[in-house]
Amino acid sequence: MILSFGQSLLIILVIAAITFALRAAPFILFSRTGTTPKVITYLGNVLPPAVMGMLIVYCLRNVSVLDAPFGLPELIAVVTVAVLHLWRRNSMLSILGGTALYMVLIQVVFV
Amino acid sequence: MKQAIKAAFPVTIPVMLGYLSIGIAFGLLFENAGYNFIWAFFTSLIVYAGAMQFIAVSFFYGGIGLIQIAVMTFVVNFRHIFYGLSFLDRFNDMGLKKWYMVFALTDETYSLLCGKKAPAGVDEKKFFFCVAILDQSYWVLGSVIGSLAGSMITFNTKGMDFAMTALFIVIFLDQWKAYPSHIPALLGLACTAGVLLAIGPGNLVIPSMALIVIALMLARKQIESKAAVKTEKEEDLP
Repeated sequence: MILSFGQSLLIILVIAAITFALRAAPFILFSRTGTTPKVITYLGNVLPPAVMGMLIVYCLRNVSVLDAPFGLPELIAVVTVAVLHLWRRNSMLSILGGTALYMVLIQVVFV
Repeated sequence: MKQAIKAAFPVTIPVMLGYLSIGIAFGLLFENAGYNFIWAFFTSLIVYAGAMQFIAVSFFYGGIGLIQIAVMTFVVNFRHIFYGLSFLDRFNDMGLKKWYMVFALTDETYSLLCGKKAPAGVDEKKFFFCVAILDQSYWVLGSVIGSLAGSMITFNTKGMDFAMTALFIVIFLDQWKAYPSHIPALLGLACTAGVLLAIGPGNLVIPSMALIVIALMLARKQIESKAAVKTEKEEDLP
């Protein structure tokens, strides 16, 4: 440990406080007035699918399509998850199947 | 409550895989910085933010001021400010549990709560609470395991964190089917991909979220008109 006990604790508390404040902000801003503005309700409804799209791209952001293996393991795994899910609609099967395949691909096939 | 745990557990398994593997990685890094499992436990218990905790490890090597740490946390976790918007009414009915739900609203828990419904006969509030608390327990457990025994793990876990990506894809597809309009989902993909191409992977989230919100506001008429048509159609059904 380079920092002191107190310094370390302070860092953790600052990160915790700001993270919580961000998560709590909408509840503090919109719950005391009783009525949430329509535009906020609208955003609350349409954000989930948009955020899911964002998170998918975010997870794959460091994949390089210009260098070998050109993002192939990721592409194969993503397509597998999607096809499995559209076929059986079983979340567990899609996620475990895709993840197992991806692990094999990057550990054994594309090394 | 037992019933709610039974219903929640299978739903949380993908997050368990992701959180255990990412949590273990965090515990290892934190241990390397000189912080033992008690620190890892405490940090995962009160901070509970995946990507941020990874970045935070670098703070513990010293030389970074508290204000800079505060700004960085704000920037990295800013997207969470939008997550509560989808649960304003539902969390407000949860009494004391409300503030834990607010605290525990990570990317993954948010995704599960958006994407999965409580099965018939199970109280939604209890189901939500169980999902949230199970998810955090995986995260805390993972960080402690990583910190304690990380070097003794014998099987190669490389690539296991793909479970997180897969989870988001699965929920994306479920919502694709459930939503009257596909515009929000497509905007989410397109805005983020656009920002990625324009500025690279370094600071992706905030510009993407900003662009998504602007795009959703601009497309509000189209999205809401489609939603209205779909509702009318559904009402026509016998």
